[in-house]
Amino acid sequence: MQWETVIGLEIHAQLKTASKIFSSASTDFGAEPNTQACLVDLGYPGMLPVLNQEVVRMAIVFGLASHSSIAPRSIFARKNYFYPDLPKGYQISQFELPVVHDGWVDIILDDGGRKRVGITRAHLEEDAGKSLHEDFHGLSGIDLNRAGTPLLEIVSEPDMRSAREAVAYMKLIHQLVRYLDICDGNMQEGSLRCDANVSVRPFGRREFGTRAEIKNLNSFRFIERAINFEVERQIDILESGGSVVQETRLYDSAKDETRPMRSKEEANDYRYFPDPDLLPLEIDRGTVDAIRAGLPELPWDKQERFERDYGLSAYDASVLTASRDMADYFEAVAEGLADKKVAANWVMGDFSGALNKAGLDIRSSPVDAAALAGLLSRIEDGTISGKIAKQVFEAMWEGEGSADAIIEARGLKQITDSSAIQTVIDQVLVDNPGQLEQYRGGKDKLFGFFVGQVMKATRGQANPAEVNKLLKESLDG
Amino acid sequence: MHTRTLAELSAALHAREVSSVELTRHFLQRIDSLQGGLNAFVTVTGDQALGQAAAADKALAAGEAGPLTGIPLVHKDIFCTAGVRTSCGSRMLDNFVAPYDAHVVERLAAAGMVMLGKANMDEFAMGSSNETSWYGPVRNPWDLDKVPGGSSGGSAAAVAARLAPAATGTDTGGSIRQPAALTGITGLKPTYGRVSRYGMIAFASSLDQAGTLTRTAEDAALMLAAMAGHDARDSTSVDEPVPDYQASLGDDLTRLRIGVPKEFFDDGLDPANADAVNAAIDAYRELGAEIVEVSLANVGLSVPTYYVVAPAECSSNLSRYDGVRFGYRAPDPVDLEDLYKRSRGVGFGAEVKRRIMTGTYVLSAGYYDAYYLKAQRVRQLIAEDFRRAFASVDLLVGPTTPTPAFALGAKTDDPVTMYLNDIYTIGVNLAGLPGMSVPCGLVDGLPVGLQIVGRHFDEAKLLNAAHRFQQATDWHQLAPGGDFA
Repeated sequence: MQWETVIGLEIHAQLKTASKIFSSASTDFGAEPNTQACLVDLGYPGMLPVLNQEVVRMAIVFGLASHSSIAPRSIFARKNYFYPDLPKGYQISQFELPVVHDGWVDIILDDGGRKRVGITRAHLEEDAGKSLHEDFHGLSGIDLNRAGTPLLEIVSEPDMRSAREAVAYMKLIHQLVRYLDICDGNMQEGSLRCDANVSVRPFGRREFGTRAEIKNLNSFRFIERAINFEVERQIDILESGGSVVQETRLYDSAKDETRPMRSKEEANDYRYFPDPDLLPLEIDRGTVDAIRAGLPELPWDKQERFERDYGLSAYDASVLTASRDMADYFEAVAEGLADKKVAANWVMGDFSGALNKAGLDIRSSPVDAAALAGLLSRIEDGTISGKIAKQVFEAMWEGEGSADAIIEARGLKQITDSSAIQTVIDQVLVDNPGQLEQYRGGKDKLFGFFVGQVMKATRGQANPAEVNKLLKESLDG
Repeated sequence: MHTRTLAELSAALHAREVSSVELTRHFLQRIDSLQGGLNAFVTVTGDQALGQAAAADKALAAGEAGPLTGIPLVHKDIFCTAGVRTSCGSRMLDNFVAPYDAHVVERLAAAGMVMLGKANMDEFAMGSSNETSWYGPVRNPWDLDKVPGGSSGGSAAAVAARLAPAATGTDTGGSIRQPAALTGITGLKPTYGRVSRYGMIAFASSLDQAGTLTRTAEDAALMLAAMAGHDARDSTSVDEPVPDYQASLGDDLTRLRIGVPKEFFDDGLDPANADAVNAAIDAYRELGAEIVEVSLANVGLSVPTYYVVAPAECSSNLSRYDGVRFGYRAPDPVDLEDLYKRSRGVGFGAEVKRRIMTGTYVLSAGYYDAYYLKAQRVRQLIAEDFRRAFASVDLLVGPTTPTPAFALGAKTDDPVTMYLNDIYTIGVNLAGLPGMSVPCGLVDGLPVGLQIVGRHFDEAKLLNAAHRFQQATDWHQLAPGGDFA
């Protein structure tokens, strides 16, 4: 039988605020355990939550960018369960009325096509702390630094039909939240993670199969592998006449498999009810309009503009708009250049290669956009060739100064004076009488030999076009 | 000295007729000799009180004193006090010392008041008789075999027995007004949101409100002025201006329309108690107010509604007491579940457990709609009844309780009978309105109270009406006999 996979993702994006969602404690990652948890985070008696307004702004920003509706009134609810890293015994979340609902984004598929993925809702909630089970000799340690960290949980419709589509969607959300500057997107630290709801059904059937929820996937690779494993597992069950159990599963990356969570971990009745400590969250039209006016250019709009204004291919435009930093860098480089394609090639090629090799991000690049533009304009005005430029770029990367300074110091200026080049050509012809005779006898491919000799004699600095032209005249004339 | 009201003591302090240290010593001595029979205090903070009193005397000498400077008071042990144990009447918090002051504590300390100690109370404010406290029952100074009411029973008994001129309390379903009525003093529960809940240990967050227990309405006005006002640390604290309560206390009542809800005069109301309330209504008529009968059709559903909403909230609010970070922890737990079960099983008393279980049940999948959601709808109906009544009247009056104080142990085996003690007060909490109880008579030698209810944030009119009543009558001047006089 032919099976169709159905996937929906619940993405948790940690919002990039200075302080927590309901307290003034810092959200910085990596501090000593329990040093960034205040009395509100610790759930002390009589302590009350106060909503961080920046969190609301970020939720609205996401809602607008994802073509969603912003609820004029949404409700914070308590999700009740006991766990030592949940100090109050409940998590403040949104249940029935989320702040963002009913939107969509378009993802780009492997074949270059587009696909629309629905956003069911996005709601605000607080994160729990961490339980540490190692290093405590049969006991567990609790670190509450993360307790109260703001999260935006983005729930998609079950619109994805393969692990690759799920990854493409996750990548798009990853790109989007970073564009919007509402999440640092650091998946390793858990700033962006997802749960995948996976089911299969016979092709053509409309009803969904029974789904399993795979918890806490924190890399693109794990999402793809976990889903693929789970799909195989479910198909195996169904094809051998069994039925899939609705359950929560964990992905074990070491064994590359999913397995059920202990039933205890999922047997909770969360007893959601509106949190009486918080008023309904009311958002007026004016606030939404003001935030809409301040939205940055979104990645898909930027990509389209790059294709249109800079004459770039869809692929180049997508690479250059992968992040806002990359796009800004490219635009700054391209600004003063006539040939945008050269700028694109350099940014995607030598520049990106050097960054990757050094393991740096754009903001810490030793060659800033103005410096790279300075180099490329020397190619454009004929001062140096593209080949020499690579040499200059390396020197710039090593911190030897601006392109002009390096060209000057190393004497790399291109020779364009035709009489000087002619003098060199004349000498090359005198020095190589045998080759000259063969060439004139019809061995055309020796032209390259003469070009090489001229370039060698000028240490690569002769203008290649000029060399070609003059050499042709001298040989054929 | 202890027979004087807060306002009278304030005048005496400002006239330098007595110092705050002398006053504080006097009350501490009374507590020392009389507390044993009453059990009104969980903690007495003598040294700290004398320190605060000395500071108050300096302020008085420097002419920097306000009307509350140097006046001793007792805080209900539900308000967190930095460095002083806050037990909430529970074994669970017997060892709990908060590193912060509640907003109310902060405000009253800033106004110069002197804290004599922390008052006994029903465990986590769950009770109507002060018999659920881990520290034992509080006794009613009018009759030591009777309950003082609850949950602010320690606060009420302390003020009624003249062990303190004033006390703070909290009122979730009547916990200020009912004990005030049963001990013959004046209790004020402000509008929900009028006083910040910051640092006040939560029972049912949508109903809890801090207020005062004093001898007179004038004293309540003085304290409320210091306690009321917006606090950014409590999202439900309302940013409404605080009027000058003192200024309108004496306003005449000739244009006042007072509604009497007929539903409050039901079969459950003790006829003698009803007579006292009717006499009070006559007194208002004589003061020039127009009295009209009104109906609160759904108010009879208040008790069942309350006993869904309040337990639901408390079951969640009390989840934080898990033995992990503070409070009682069972010794030698074998695993997490054992830690939870034994810490909570031992740390909480029977009434608290009953409400946690009720609340957990009504929020459970499959029962939520039938109980919690329905109760919220009924709550809206009750609030709507009050709103409609206040469209035609300025205040509502009626009995605070069905009967005077009952005997210790009389209702402890029957929670529903106990719950019905709050039948007239609970609707006011469900609607978030301000309410007061003022003494209006004696039944079998025990005080009973007149309940006055106002519009949202109309404490000024409430205090005005209570004050005029107290100028016209002397029920509030009656004191329990013997040592407590």
